[in-house]
Amino acid sequence: MSLIEITEVKKRFGDNEVLKGINIDVAPGEVIAIIGRSGSGKSTLLRCINGLETIDEGSISVAGAQLLPDELHLKALRLKVGMIFQQFNLFPHLTAGRNVMLSQMVVKKTPKAEAEAMAKKMMERVGLGHKFDAYPDQLSGGQQQRVAIARALAMQPIALLCDEITSALDPELVSEVLAVVKELAGEGMTLMMVTHEMRFARDVCSRVVFMHQGRVHEIGKPEDVFSSPKTPELQQFLGVAH
Amino acid sequence: MNYAFDYGWLFVYWPVLVKGIGITLELTLVGGVLGVALGIACAWARALGPGWLRPVVATYVELIRNTPFLIQLFFIFFGLPALGVRMGELEAANLAMVINLGAYGCEIIRAGIQATPNGQFEAGASLGMSRLQTFWHVVLIPALQRIWPALSSQIVIVMLGSAAVSQIAAEDLTFAANFIQSRTFRAFEAYFVATAIYLALAIALRQALRGLGWTLFPKRTAR
Amino acid sequence: MDEFTTWDILRNLLLAARWTVLLSLVSFIGGGLVGAALLFARIGEGRIGPAFVKTYVELFQGTPLLMQLFLAFFGLGLFGIDVPAWLAAGVALILWSAAFLTEIWRGCVESVARGQWEASSSLGMGYLQQMRHVILPQALRIAVPPTVGFSVQVVKGTALTSIIGFVELSKAGTIVTNATFEPFTVYGFVALIYFCLCWPLSKSSQILERKLNVAHRNH
Repeated sequence: MSLIEITEVKKRFGDNEVLKGINIDVAPGEVIAIIGRSGSGKSTLLRCINGLETIDEGSISVAGAQLLPDELHLKALRLKVGMIFQQFNLFPHLTAGRNVMLSQMVVKKTPKAEAEAMAKKMMERVGLGHKFDAYPDQLSGGQQQRVAIARALAMQPIALLCDEITSALDPELVSEVLAVVKELAGEGMTLMMVTHEMRFARDVCSRVVFMHQGRVHEIGKPEDVFSSPKTPELQQFLGVAH
Repeated sequence: MNYAFDYGWLFVYWPVLVKGIGITLELTLVGGVLGVALGIACAWARALGPGWLRPVVATYVELIRNTPFLIQLFFIFFGLPALGVRMGELEAANLAMVINLGAYGCEIIRAGIQATPNGQFEAGASLGMSRLQTFWHVVLIPALQRIWPALSSQIVIVMLGSAAVSQIAAEDLTFAANFIQSRTFRAFEAYFVATAIYLALAIALRQALRGLGWTLFPKRTAR
Repeated sequence: MDEFTTWDILRNLLLAARWTVLLSLVSFIGGGLVGAALLFARIGEGRIGPAFVKTYVELFQGTPLLMQLFLAFFGLGLFGIDVPAWLAAGVALILWSAAFLTEIWRGCVESVARGQWEASSSLGMGYLQQMRHVILPQALRIAVPPTVGFSVQVVKGTALTSIIGFVELSKAGTIVTNATFEPFTVYGFVALIYFCLCWPLSKSSQILERKLNVAHRNH
């Protein structure tokens, strides 16, 4: 039984059809890498799964719950699926710890002490227990992104969506973030990540999705996708990427 | 010019001045707090609120910003009783100041909200927060921090503008100066002293608001 | 006392509004001239000029316009002249406008990028030449929207001159109210007339600013 079911999803921005019928089923514990050129629709797909974009046709369901555009259904969905952004999007006026506590208290109405305990635990988990009281602008990009991961994890999602989470980082900070993601994958977290880190996709992911012009152009195990790409588009893309 | 300045009356009338200062400060405090609150509510309505509410708030803002405070005051104090809404001069003064600051505050705070990076709204949404929760917990404080200097200036302007409330017999600092000059016939001196006090109040208020900014926004935030 | 019709009320107010317009024009233009002079003292070289203008601005922006009107009214009286209200109103509003305009314009001059100063001095231009040919033409463009925006403050500021007895729109409102006992209608109309004077100015300031921003983005 799949955890995330994406069926015939279409999305248009005005006249521009960005997603032209996407079908992907993700099983629990799978780690999916979505690769492709910019403009291929990969980020849009992730944003649709989290309800940040509405879909025009098709359906998305997570753990049996349908994605519907009203606030109640969206909230239920977002409690199941966490999202990490390219630009971290930490709340600048709150300490790292408060960032992790806020949505627990506001959305789940978790008592403060409990939320704080959970926040401490999650900050430890991403290796930043000692930065609990630091403000985002006192942290490096890599640290900020790890706090963002802790913030999403504190909501105890059953899946995480990662939208180019290392693209805004200086090269030397990429590995510390990927290490955290790798650990999560090892613990059985279901992950869908848009990424340019091909080596990471090859080493960690269970399946790789290559998107091209709004469609799933190729999908398969990383060793197949990377070693023997079937379509000229993927061959060219990998050639360029390497 | 052979005019002899005389400030001897200060020894007799200083309690009148002190009382006037008290009322001016009280008006500024109430007007400032409630006016900023109204400004926040209106800014939310204009930037993020429901579609039907936006033109309503926009009309209010334009009406207030394009008419003199004095006329707003007269309309509230002399005009509204025709509709059965009667209030004392201090209430009318307070109401006029709140409505006035609310309109200016709305535009200033709205600019702060609109400068919020989209990712902040998305992060709030992705964590399951409602739009209102995101506004209140995530967007508002950094938005206020962005425009705090402009908002502070506007509060000082409203404090200085409150001199007009003496015209509906609210007993503020200007009223005190009027009273003193009517008793002592030392008009220039009375207004000179009142002006100096206003200047001191404006400088003090500006400092106080700067201090308040430091406590409200302990951290410089990314823009 | 005869019955006042709505038209009588409005006619009386509109007649008085002419004085509001006239006083606004005088204050704005006079304030602009004084403000320009202050601006040159403020951004010029030398020590006394800038310090004087800074204090001037601080004084006029840190005290109520109403107090400035009172001080002009009674202060001019100290010289033994019988001061008519229009004179005190004009003097105070000109000085007050000058303070705000000079501050607005200083901001505009300073917002012209540093590189422009450096480029023009590297071409061997003197201070006045730089001002005349490089800085002011650019600053002027930026200055138009906020200057138009400030004119709204001037129109509204004239309302306070009613308190020292100048008969313009606000004073006429009070006089007509006392004659008709219809404050709601009268002050409603007064507000409406002010709105009709101010709103076009506010709106054009906004439009000009938007245009300027678009033009800048295209660079």
